[in-house]
Order: sequence, then C-alpha cells, then structure tokens
Amino acid sequence: MEEGVVNEILQGPLRDVFDSKQLITDISGSGNNWAVGYKVFGSLYQEQILEKLRKSAEHCDCLQCFFIIHSMGGGTGSGLGTFLLKLLEDEFPEVYRFVTSVYPSGEDDVITSPYNSILAMKELNEHADCVLPIDNQSLFDIISKIDLMVNSGKLGTTIKPKSLVTSSAEAVKKWHQRPFDAMNNIVANLLLNLTSSARFEGSLNMDLNEISMNLVPFPQLHYLVSSLTPLYTLADVNIPTRRLDQMFSDAFSKDHQLIRADPKHSLYLACALMVRGNVQVSDLRRNIERLKPSLQFVSWNQEGWKTSLCSVPPVGHSHSLLALANNTCVKPTFMELKERFMRLYKKKAHLHHYLQIEGMEESGFMEAVSSLSGLIEEYNQLDATKSMPVEDFPRLSIAV
Amino acid sequence: MSIVTVQLGQCGNQIGFEVFDALYTDSHCPQGLCSKRENEAYQASCKERFFSEEENGVPVARAVLVDMEPKVTSQTLSKATQSGRWKYGQHSCFCQKQGSGNNWAYGYSVHGPRHEESIMNLIQKEVEKCDSLSGFFIIMSMAGGTGSGLGAFVTQNLQDQYSNSLKMNQIIWPYGTGEVIVQNYNSILTLSHLYRSSDALLVHENDALHKICAKLMNIKQISFSDINQVLAHQLGSVFQPTYSVEGSCHYRRNPLGIDWQVRPPLPGLPTLGKASLNRGLHFNMSIANLVILRGKDVHSADLGGFKDSALYTSWLEPINAFNAWKTHRAFSKYEKSAALVSNSQFLLKPLDTIVGKAWNMFASKAYIHQYTKFGMEEEDFLDSFTLLEQVVASYCNL
Repeated sequence: MEEGVVNEILQGPLRDVFDSKQLITDISGSGNNWAVGYKVFGSLYQEQILEKLRKSAEHCDCLQCFFIIHSMGGGTGSGLGTFLLKLLEDEFPEVYRFVTSVYPSGEDDVITSPYNSILAMKELNEHADCVLPIDNQSLFDIISKIDLMVNSGKLGTTIKPKSLVTSSAEAVKKWHQRPFDAMNNIVANLLLNLTSSARFEGSLNMDLNEISMNLVPFPQLHYLVSSLTPLYTLADVNIPTRRLDQMFSDAFSKDHQLIRADPKHSLYLACALMVRGNVQVSDLRRNIERLKPSLQFVSWNQEGWKTSLCSVPPVGHSHSLLALANNTCVKPTFMELKERFMRLYKKKAHLHHYLQIEGMEESGFMEAVSSLSGLIEEYNQLDATKSMPVEDFPRLSIAV
Repeated sequence: MSIVTVQLGQCGNQIGFEVFDALYTDSHCPQGLCSKRENEAYQASCKERFFSEEENGVPVARAVLVDMEPKVTSQTLSKATQSGRWKYGQHSCFCQKQGSGNNWAYGYSVHGPRHEESIMNLIQKEVEKCDSLSGFFIIMSMAGGTGSGLGAFVTQNLQDQYSNSLKMNQIIWPYGTGEVIVQNYNSILTLSHLYRSSDALLVHENDALHKICAKLMNIKQISFSDINQVLAHQLGSVFQPTYSVEGSCHYRRNPLGIDWQVRPPLPGLPTLGKASLNRGLHFNMSIANLVILRGKDVHSADLGGFKDSALYTSWLEPINAFNAWKTHRAFSKYEKSAALVSNSQFLLKPLDTIVGKAWNMFASKAYIHQYTKFGMEEEDFLDSFTLLEQVVASYCNL
C-alpha cells in the first residue's frame, strides 16, 4: 500500500519476471496498523484484487495452491494479507492456502506489532490451510553463523560464482549492508525446496496438497516449523558438503530452525523430510532409524514420517534437506506473542489508532486473544500426553 | 491368452516399467538352456501374453498407464521408447495435473467417478487388441492416493464390467516407518475394498524387498529402482510361461489360473484326521502353495518338503493345496531358479500391525477431516476395520 518496495523491484534485475498489470499499490501505506490494512484497504481494493486473481487463475490448467507471503507485525502484510485469506477461501474454496508469515522478533521496532500479529493470527487460525512461521531473529542468527564460518577461514572456503538465484561475486561484503536480502534468501530457498518435488522428477514425489494431508491432523493445528540444510546465504559460499548423515542431524538441531524453537525437546505430531539430490531411499531410512529414538512423537502417530525424494539438487549443492515439523515447539512463540500483547493491551496503549477505524471494536481484540488462547491450550493438552505411556486402544472383536 | 496390465500412480508405473523390461529381457535371452524350438515357443507365449505387435516390429506392452499427475507417466513412456526394444502404446496413458494428495478419498471419490469413462475406455481398447483375455494385472501401492484410492475404484469397475475375467492386484505394502503418514488409513481402505472386488492380492512389502537388496544382494545405497527390479524379477519368474501338463510341449494357457478361492469347511463337519510329524516347529499355516521351477533338472527336483501336512491347515490335504509348475527353459540366465507363491499366515502379522496402527489413529480422530471433506464418513472407516478384523481372524484360525 505504498510504492517504494514495488518500485524497487520493478527497477531491479527481476523486473521482467513480474507482470506489470498484476500490481496493486497505494501511496500512504497502512501505518503499521492492521485495521487500516484489513478494513480500509481491504474494502477499497477488494474488487481489483479479485479481478487480478481471476486473471492469473485463468492462465492455469490446474490451480492447486496459493502462496501468501507477508509479515505479521506491520499493517499491509498483516491486515490486507489476512483479509485476502478470507477472500481466497470464498472465491477459490478448493485451492490450498499456504502462508509464509514472518513473526516479529523480540526487539522489533514496531511498537504495535503484538496487536497486529494477534489480530492476524485469528485469521490464520480460521482461514489458512498451512502456515510456515518464520522469525527474523532466527534468520539473523543463521546468517551470522555462516558469516562466522566464512571469516574464520577454517574451512578453506571459495566463492562460487552464480550458485544461487540472486548471486553476485561481491555478495559477501554486501550482506553486511543489506542483511534482509540474505535473510530473505533463506526463506526463498525454503519455498524453492518446498516445491522442488512438484517441479522436478524424483523416485518419490511429493505434491503440495500432500503437505497438508500428511502434516495437518486436526484443522486448527496447521503451523509447521521448518528447517533447512545446508544453510543458504546470498554469498555463494562453498561450505564443503557435510556428510549426508550430518545433514539429517542438522535438520533437527535448534540452530537450523527458521523460528526460535527446539523440536527435539517437544512433541512431534508429524514430520516431513523433503530431500533433494543424489540421496536414495536407504539413506533416508538409515537416518530415520538413527534419529527416531531421540524424538518424541504423539501416541497415535508414532511413525509419523512423510518423505520425498527429488533427483534434482539445488544450484551449487549436491543435496539438501527441508524438514517440516508439526511440533508443539511453536507454543512458546505464541505464548510470548500473547504476553507482549497483554502488556500493551492492559494499558490500552495505542488502542485508539485501531478503534477509530470503522468496523473495529474492542470485542475484535478479545476474540483474537481468545482464538490464540484456544490454540495454545490445544498444544498444552498435547504436551500433557508426552510422558504418558503409549497404550493401544482395544480392537474390535469379531464373532468368527 | 493375454494379460492386460493397469499401472496406477507413481509406484504402479515405476514398477510396471521394470516388470515389462524384465519380461522382455528374459524372453529374448539367448541362453535358454533348452532346445531352439522350446525357446521359440516360450518367446511366442510370453509375447502373446504381455505384448502386442505394431507395424515396425517393436513390441508394445499390453498396458494402460494411469496417474493423476504427469511427471512419472511421461518418464515411464520415454524410458521404454528410448530402450528401443519395447514400448508402451502411444495412446495408452491417462493422466491429470493435480495428483491425489496421498488422499484415498480423493482418489476413490473424486478422481474415480470423474475419470471413470476415460480410463475404462482405454482399458477396453487394450482388451480388444487381445485374441483372448485371461485377465487383468493391476499394479498399485496402498500408501498413496492414486494407486490406492483410484486403484480400488478401477478394480471395482473391472469387476462389474469384466466379471468373467480374473483380476489380480499387485499391491505394495509400504515401509513400516512411514513413507506417508496416513498410509495406514489408505492401506485399510484399499484392502477392504479390494477384498470385495479382486480375485487375488499379490503382496510385496517394501521392507522385505529392502532387506533382500541389503542382505542378499549387498547393495550399499539402495534406490527405489533397485527395489523395483527385485520385484520385477520375482514377478517375471512367476508369470513367464510354464508347461500346462507335465512333459507336454505346450505352454500353460492361463497364467492367472491359480485357484486361490478356498473356503474353509462348514462348522460341524469333522476335520480330516492327520498325523503330523512336525507339530513342534511353528509353521505359518498355508491354504495353498505354488512352486515354479525353471531350468536344469526340474523334473528330478525333490518337492517333498512342500507336501508335509504340517504346513497346511487341518481341513486341507497337501495334495489339494500344493501345486508345482515346471519348465526346462531357464529364467533370466539362471541355470536353476525357483519361485514360491503362497497363501498363508505369512501376512497375518503385517496386516494385524497395520490395522492396529490405523485403529489407534482412528480412535484419536486424527486426519479424519481430510477424508470426510471428500464425501467419506466415519462409517466407511468402521466398515473397513470390521472387514479386515474378520480377515485377520480367519487367517488366525487356520
């Protein structure tokens, strides 16, 4: 809802990739206000958005899913972004809605980000099929770690030209000035790996609709923690390919998760491993057997693994792994968010900015918090089953 | 007598290719270890069964390829054509764009009815090319969405449309530790439906095939291609022609004519009194066993061990339950080879395990919404469980 970012893209190296007729911009922005994004711009641009979506959809032989990419803490991405979700659900009910959401970190500079995030969470709870939460702090930590590895010189690194989509030889210096580019590159690679099995051939394909089918056991529990190995950066650093098995171990370490979470010490509801490159089924099985004992799965899904093998590796690497986990380790992120919200809300700080928008009432806030509390409670109940012994349900008895 | 193969889903198509390749390679193997005339008769019989002839002489597999997304079938088609030795028919393939999402309900309730006509037409065309049809061989996995759901639907249709022809389903039992999280649901739904419409279910377990590759063949990095080749090899040694009557020179006309439909005696009738010597050893009770021997010395091979009554359930005499087919013509360059097809309690444990896991998941209602959104109901699940518990109980009581 302001022109700066879109204009920059249109002048950049990817300007020909985007169809200029499929752009919608406004001037003033949403002022980091979810209500402005959702209520004001939502109703203002609803028709235009629908029209452009329909046009894009017409070009598809078979439309399977929408990717919504936004942040939770601001106004446009958060407000208009989640308004879109409801629109898509009504207009294209059979098409999956995958949302990549950047959650605000602890020290983010937008004061009202807790309000925006909680209001957006309610929409995600109700209208998204699958959400991949990301947080900036984790991305930043990953980038810093890579930087450290590069600069320590221990690994004898060389800069490989053009091994990633947006690469350049001076990238190493650049990232210090533009850290977001490097961080966003990681998210871009997440989406690349997510779709690789749908785009390329492999011995065990996995489509996007299979992600939802396998990883979402109950409609509300659709938040997936993602981790990528090997780590990507904008700098085309050729970190020597670790042994294959190490790649699998890394995927479960908390340093590789794209949000602050530790899946190994929480409860798994389901886990998907999407492998690219020259990896065969025996490698996959060996590693699952190896890692299984150290992970806790919910009682009704003790072997809850979904796997896929894509033959084509990502550019510049011989293999890679994307792990998606439906795990109770997302709970702390949500609880922190709720806490920050309550601190502001108790003092009614900045509330008037929202309430002065037509259609916004305090009840909206209460509903949003209650929706989040409900979600947290679901995770709590699952966590409570962690230490209980696994019992089989009595089977049907048949008269022979 | 010809067999029409229907390959469904990624698994079905990948395997189907390896099977036809193995059959072709074996039938054109120069070292048959038998007379030239015999070799030619073998080749001709194999060809008639599995391939039809096209103008330029390249044999065309009697197969229909079905998948709900295009990547695998186009790969399969081109791999066959590129080999230059055999190929699939140009118009034998039906595919869509969006896949079945590992969802049995989507394969069965959405894709099935939607594409019923097109798929059955393709099969009909293939059937018309046969002089005489002995039956259908349907290759599918249980764990996914297309092979399992659409496979069950197609088998049902074949039952309705071609009730006089035999239908044998080759089903792939997934690895115990998931390939697909909802594989147990998909498996029980598939099995319960196939039980009502298929004549025979030939089962291969991924875990077992994997072990063969690892322990017996010493392959270090096992790929699905390796596994499929082992499978194709086994199937080839079962389906290739054999003599119909001992000593006769005519190859058996009906390869699928294995009489698996055995019924237990009605309660109240006395069971056959049998003195069995080896009751101490625990055998998996069999209803029927078929041994196929190929190559050297087939007629002098001692099959006595298979005729021990300890192997068979108390209400069957070994002579009614055991069959042996022999042929001099060697399979795939092996001087001697033997294959055993068995209907026994061997699969009891895996079946019981899958039913147990699916039941636990069902009791927690996990993932059910994914199925009910395509028209299924909890009743359908319960029906499947009931049927399979009955199967488990029947096998237990052998």
